Amino acid sequence: MNSIICSGFGGQGILTAGLILAKISMDGGKQVSWVPSYGSEMRGGTASCAIKVSDTEIYSPFIKEMNTLVAMNEASVDQFESLVKPGGVLISNSTIIQGRTFRSDLKVVEVAATAISEELKNIRGANLVMLGAMIQATGLFAPEFFADGIDAYFDAKGRNTPLNRECYMAGVAAAEQA
Amino acid sequence: MALKLMKGNDALAEAAVRAGCRFFGGYPITPQSEILEYLSKRMPEVGGHFVQSESELAGISMVHGAAAAGFRTMTSSSGPGFSLLQEGISYIASAELPAVIINVQRYGSGLGDIFQAQGDYFQAVKGGGHGDYRMIVYAPASIQENVDFTTLAFDKADEYRNPVLVLSDASIASMMEPVDLPEMHEHDPNKNPEAARGKGDGPFKRITSTMYYIEDFDTYVKKKYDTMAANEERWESIQVEDAELVLVAYGITSRICKEAVMLAREKGIKLGLIRPITLWPFPAKAFKALPDTVASFMTVELSPMPMIQEDVLLSLDARKPVHNFLAGMNIPEPIDIVEKAADCIKQTAKGACNG
Repeated sequence: MNSIICSGFGGQGILTAGLILAKISMDGGKQVSWVPSYGSEMRGGTASCAIKVSDTEIYSPFIKEMNTLVAMNEASVDQFESLVKPGGVLISNSTIIQGRTFRSDLKVVEVAATAISEELKNIRGANLVMLGAMIQATGLFAPEFFADGIDAYFDAKGRNTPLNRECYMAGVAAAEQA
Repeated sequence: MALKLMKGNDALAEAAVRAGCRFFGGYPITPQSEILEYLSKRMPEVGGHFVQSESELAGISMVHGAAAAGFRTMTSSSGPGFSLLQEGISYIASAELPAVIINVQRYGSGLGDIFQAQGDYFQAVKGGGHGDYRMIVYAPASIQENVDFTTLAFDKADEYRNPVLVLSDASIASMMEPVDLPEMHEHDPNKNPEAARGKGDGPFKRITSTMYYIEDFDTYVKKKYDTMAANEERWESIQVEDAELVLVAYGITSRICKEAVMLAREKGIKLGLIRPITLWPFPAKAFKALPDTVASFMTVELSPMPMIQEDVLLSLDARKPVHNFLAGMNIPEPIDIVEKAADCIKQTAKGACNG
């Protein structure tokens, strides 16, 4: 059982990041659940989603303590850092989250997701940069398998661009160096 | 088997379409509005009809009419909107017409709030409308069950010529899980022998000008609901074979209780779980079949006051204590359920009563 929370501002694509993870996990033969949590705002409020990925039946879809936290902003770290299991993974968007001391019993990967997505001219792809770092840091799936899943996800929506995969791969590379 | 990752409300709506539902009338309210959104797009694709009615009362009345015309038909609502459906549901039951009603439960009385809850239990299972009728009430606990029980609801509505309720909640509505959707099922209202077709021409078509009950209606209607009660109980029992305390929970709460049972067993605490799948008829048979090891029960409910407790006590002839874990507006933690259950096991051993 792997439990993951993706969290950030509404509009940072955090629910989509979780959805992509859930979809690829399902296609990879896993049991999955995805539970959203957000305010009434379309943008700017806090949003998060809780994803469980398992080889066996998922009982409660809710998450209190998680294996992995994908944090797009400061508020996400404030809210969830203390609930990551010891030895768990925290992916931090260092374009926005700066000058913080994280728990020492976590594997923390700081990746400048927002800046990288801007450099790659795919500003809405910061969530994919974060996913790349998360897949690399957790080893949840082979990075290339997951990259193909991202392409398939956006192809199915009829609006893929090679920049999506580039953003994701940049995240993988950033976590490799970290 | 191609699985699809779907949101609870969307999956439920698609299941209705695949069950042959071709008329939906209803009014938006959170947390069930995606059902309308989905069907507003989907119904025209399959030659069906979607009406966003001016109110819930209009919606349920349109459903009444569509059912009379032989359609498979559905409406959905939540909280205050579900209250507004009650008169229409009573009329549909009285007319012995099949229809599927969805209540995606939200918290509280009055306006309440939009998050998950299980406070509509009494209204759902004891009959929120006036008069002598009951509805089969299904309580799905997953997105797949949203699909399976919506499909079943249409079949049972036809079988008994009675409205059937699917009681979801805000968490099942918004979460996503993989689902295996059934094949498309066609239901042609023009080939439905029960469909009313009107009589004569002009603006004043009518079938009957009087409303009266058949001879010995009391016996007839009692037999109908007795048959449903006897044949339609559904439940799931988990690890009750040697349990000391059995949790009772339905819907999303039952999944948290399943986790609590597994956690308790790791600690050597003998918990079991009865999950009612039908809330009416309440699965009394599940309680009659328990071993003597079971000394007490604990309901786990997303409500500030006990509701299922009443039906558990009736099923037990009030012979054993029934405790409650009332989570109210909070989603309970499995460990908290285990701790309270362990405490109840001790209390029961000391001879304490309900509470």
